[in-house]
Amino acid sequence: MVDFGGWDMPVQYSSQIGEHHAVRRAAGVFDVSHMGVLDLRGQGARAFLQQLLANDVGKLKVTGKALYSCMLNEHAGVLDDLIVYYLNDYWFRMVVNAGTRAKDLAWIREHARRLAVEVTERTDLAMLAIQGPEARAKAAELMAPAEGAAALALDTFVGRELGRWFVARTGYTGEDGFEIMMPAADAVPAWRGLNSLGVASCGLGARDTLRLEAGMNLYGNDMDESTHPFESGLGWTVALAPPERDFLGRAALEPIAREGSPRKLVGLLLEERGVLRAHQKVLAAAAGEGEITSGTYSPTLERSIALARVPARTGGRVQVEIRGKLLGARVVKPPFVRAGNSLLPQAKDTP
Amino acid sequence: MSNVPADLRYTKSHEWVRDLGDGTVEIGITDHAQHELGDLVFVEVPGAGRTVKADEPCAVVESVKAASDVYAPIAGEITAGNPKLAGEPEVVNADPYGEGWLMRLKPSPGALAAAALLSAAEYQKVLDTEGG
Repeated sequence: MVDFGGWDMPVQYSSQIGEHHAVRRAAGVFDVSHMGVLDLRGQGARAFLQQLLANDVGKLKVTGKALYSCMLNEHAGVLDDLIVYYLNDYWFRMVVNAGTRAKDLAWIREHARRLAVEVTERTDLAMLAIQGPEARAKAAELMAPAEGAAALALDTFVGRELGRWFVARTGYTGEDGFEIMMPAADAVPAWRGLNSLGVASCGLGARDTLRLEAGMNLYGNDMDESTHPFESGLGWTVALAPPERDFLGRAALEPIAREGSPRKLVGLLLEERGVLRAHQKVLAAAAGEGEITSGTYSPTLERSIALARVPARTGGRVQVEIRGKLLGARVVKPPFVRAGNSLLPQAKDTP
Repeated sequence: MSNVPADLRYTKSHEWVRDLGDGTVEIGITDHAQHELGDLVFVEVPGAGRTVKADEPCAVVESVKAASDVYAPIAGEITAGNPKLAGEPEVVNADPYGEGWLMRLKPSPGALAAAALLSAAEYQKVLDTEGG
């Protein structure tokens, strides 16, 4: 058990690697109730979110559609990364990180005061993530037939209220699956029901190796208030169009967008034995130096992978300093793994 | 409960020592240590001929979640590092007191007697105190 944002959470239930493979090959369930669920209701909800978030909720036209976004401060530092669901024109639901929940709430409430938006934290809800190629079918078995069928009909990145549950086809593993918000009292029976269907209990350890293989950032590791989206591999989430949308952080981002960021976030694949870890130094020849932001052993690729913040001109190969030794690594574009398959077919043959 | 064989000696930092009876000792990490680390994915052992001081970090065991140093329980000269572990680090998880040994060492004169090693019962007390 470890402390994670004030929650006691297991790193693993059985074997971290076993749990990882269960998700890549079949299905696993994660307790993600530590994440913050915020409901934003009111006439001004859409306009408020268009001001609050770097991505544009104006893109959300379909009921239940989700959008991934950064929430920035005035200096374009990343306050948090989050998912926001469009439930109707007066109701959006936001899922934020556990460690930033209190800070986020204060920030959101401060900026919501001027607009007609009511912010409610849904501490009554638990959340389970069921992930893997068999995850949706197994989760649907827990629901009434009509609701199960509706859940299976959900498009990717769409959520819907089905009875007492809010079922969304989202996740943090690079696999298909659901994230389900439910009344807290439903969580333990649902978990046991999933176990009895052969869904593996998975801890924080597998969650980290899965998300890193999938090339997904972890707040606090790969970005925080001292970094902006363009140096965090998150430029794709920043909506600079339309130009008149004046969101928080925009003024600081525009010159960076125009001139290019001097640093970028890349994937690294270690070419030798060892394990890349956060804060190890990256030597990128003439381009300069950088640092690993997240590193681990990839159970799918059976070698070490990492995300690293490096000078913009870095490419090809770099060296990483591990316990005083310099080991070779290849610069790659994340993700490393998607839907169970390596996206690096030559990974093992590279000299 | 961790497995603590009675015929071995131990350190507080979770290494075990086996007297091979030929003037050398075999060293590894305990069942408790491998369990705490979880699935091992990388093990680096010292090469033969290296001289180590007592309590000097001389091997590294890394699981998915963490890297951990292994300390020489006794001063001496390394006679072998387990060659199997480069390709199969998981052997340490599966058989920490057997196939998963890390290194063999020829203690410096008097070093074995001088080393403050724990008996199995004493090591078990360390684990009980740690809640292991």
